[in-house]
Amino acid sequence: MHVTRDFSHYVRAAAEGVQHIDLAVEGVHCAGCMAKIERGLSAVPDVTLARVNLTDRRVALEWKAGTLDPGRFIDRLEELGYKAYPFETESAEASEVAESRFLLRCLGVAAFATMNVMMLSIPVWSGNVSDMLPEQRDFFHWLSALIALPAAAYAGQPFFRSAWRALSAKTTNMDVPISIGVILALGMSVVETIHHAEHAYFDAAIMLLTFLLVGRFLDQNMRRRTRAVAGNLAALKAETAAKFVGSDEISQVPVAAIHPGDIVLLRPGERCAVDGTVIEGRSEIDQSLITGETLYVTAGQGAPVYAGSMNISGTLRVRVSAASEATLLAEITRLLDNALQARSRYMRLADRASRLYAPVVHATALLTILGWVIAGASWHDAIVTGVAVLIITCPCALGLAIPTVQTVASGAMFKSGVLLNSGDAIERLAEADHVIFDKTGTLTLPDLEVMNAANIPADIFELAGRLALSSHHPVAAAVAQAAGARSPVVGAVEEAGQGVRATVEGVELRLGRPSFCGAEALVGSAVVDPEASIVAFSKGSERFILSVRQGLRPDAQAVIAALKARNIGIEILSGDREPAVIAAAHALGIAEWRAGVTPADKIARIEELKRRGAKVLMVGDGMNDAPSLAAAHVSMSPISAAHLSQATADLVFLGRPLAPVVAAIDASRKALHLMRQNLWLAIGYNVLAVPVAISGVVTPLIAAAAMSGSSILVMLNSLRARSASREIL
Amino acid sequence: MEILVILVPLALMLGGAGLVAFLWSLRSGQYDDLDGAAWRAIADDEPPQEVPAKR
Repeated sequence: MHVTRDFSHYVRAAAEGVQHIDLAVEGVHCAGCMAKIERGLSAVPDVTLARVNLTDRRVALEWKAGTLDPGRFIDRLEELGYKAYPFETESAEASEVAESRFLLRCLGVAAFATMNVMMLSIPVWSGNVSDMLPEQRDFFHWLSALIALPAAAYAGQPFFRSAWRALSAKTTNMDVPISIGVILALGMSVVETIHHAEHAYFDAAIMLLTFLLVGRFLDQNMRRRTRAVAGNLAALKAETAAKFVGSDEISQVPVAAIHPGDIVLLRPGERCAVDGTVIEGRSEIDQSLITGETLYVTAGQGAPVYAGSMNISGTLRVRVSAASEATLLAEITRLLDNALQARSRYMRLADRASRLYAPVVHATALLTILGWVIAGASWHDAIVTGVAVLIITCPCALGLAIPTVQTVASGAMFKSGVLLNSGDAIERLAEADHVIFDKTGTLTLPDLEVMNAANIPADIFELAGRLALSSHHPVAAAVAQAAGARSPVVGAVEEAGQGVRATVEGVELRLGRPSFCGAEALVGSAVVDPEASIVAFSKGSERFILSVRQGLRPDAQAVIAALKARNIGIEILSGDREPAVIAAAHALGIAEWRAGVTPADKIARIEELKRRGAKVLMVGDGMNDAPSLAAAHVSMSPISAAHLSQATADLVFLGRPLAPVVAAIDASRKALHLMRQNLWLAIGYNVLAVPVAISGVVTPLIAAAAMSGSSILVMLNSLRARSASREIL
Repeated sequence: MEILVILVPLALMLGGAGLVAFLWSLRSGQYDDLDGAAWRAIADDEPPQEVPAKR
């Protein structure tokens, strides 16, 4: 059969006769890499643009249409020592980028207006104590209005929109007091200017917007960056499928270019990238990523296969189906929808704070007005004082208190290998006091390992590894990798479903099923690990048994101990069989475990814990975990998880160790502590400033100084989240 | 104080020019890769002429 690589899905026309492709590249981290890649790719004839984006770890390439095959760039990058794969911007990421740009534009406008209004305000402030003519002061006020009003109308959009949405939904959020404060300050200033008054607050209103936009932009940028990294990781997984383009011709195409109804070929050792139904062939498949069950399932004609299943023995032809057709998926989707609805009711710390804050502030302003009227002041003076209270309490520092910490903390988490999917995950993770682990793929590693390599003579093990290179079977691949084999045995023959054999120097070598190697007797005598696949190796008359299984993550035991030391409850909920779960629970010292659990059971267990008041952190990778990931208070997935789980989890961790789980908990606890501290700082500032405002002696100068002072204090305090403690375990 | 007639529009024009420059730089994608741009400034000039010469 003829196989071709087809990347046309990712290529788009950039201009007349020029084609464009974006590649995600692994391992670019310095200026040297950047120059090397750009030179290396520019040297390819007909390439018109090769530009590395070091922030997002991507390369943009353009070339004259029809002259080059995009596959060639990937090969060229491989020669240079970089793994690359075409990349397609997801709609989620595209909207984050657009939002980020919009906020930056708003910030630019607001900052411009602040600087210019301030330039006009300072003469007024100093003129008030010297000899400025009232006409000049009015002129400067009118100019300030001319700059501040349109700028606030533009740059305030993010806040006004969000406040309007909250009010339409009959709730409040932080943006409601912000919007009210800004609009009232501007409105009052215009009225005061018309009446030739001494004070106008254009500078305070627009400066408030600038500070808040800094917070918003930081928050948005953190999310954009996470999306970019997640997008790269997804691209570099290079999920392709062998699609039939003719009766006997297959083309290796990216998953994004596969549609329901297409027929794909699934060879042994391949991970299925689509959902579908087997139409031809018979094989054993490993569905542990779907169900958590490590025992292989036999799939014949008509059997459903899900994305993420590993094909073990035979070759299958699969007809791709739309996701909702499969029954298991439909059930999981239904549970997931329910759980997601429940989760959206979580109220963020900022919103909780503003729910308390807004009524208090607005009541204070109202009481101030009434108080002054009762004390004999004119309505005009009383209202001016009331608005001054609103301006001085406008939650500038409150608005910055949380996003700045989130930004700094997510940067610290990023360094320890944790990506955040949602901004409020930090708050929720910090509250977690009970961790539920899935076993397969979470406590254990997703790839197979040889457990008893130490008991086998090194030369025999190496020979077995070389022989294993000739097989596509995943177990054989694990043996080959464990032995570090590089050169295959010449003349090795694979017998489907049995094993591999070869003859070297007159001695027959066999690797495969115990029966294939005549080693059944050994299997009976060996202590059988319930999770392990047994492979036999024979050299002449010598017989050996290899036990291959998914090993525990290298630091799993230390992580569990560290969690216990932090007084966090731990349990295992697994879809796998009981003996396998018991083995893992014993090895890790986890007293509480449940085996053979369905997705619905997992949710039931989480609900039960919730009723007892526990805040559950769910750590899981399988598709069967997706609903419980959504149902839990907060959730984490390894990067190897099924798509659905990864998209549902609040945090995603990279790499083989489990330590990021503890690191993330520590970092988020510290961050929550700082967020609370920031909120108290902001409130403390108000406690000091409000009496001044109520007494009616606040000038725009005092308002501006107090506002910027408290904002800078809060930002500086947030920076402390950067020094995450190193001793995790 | 008639100097204000010149100074105020001048100040606003300068500020406005700064804003326009910022919006232009944003639109032309200069904030898309801040890490890379920091290094590009000190990188050696690329020798694009070498390539056709070799061919």
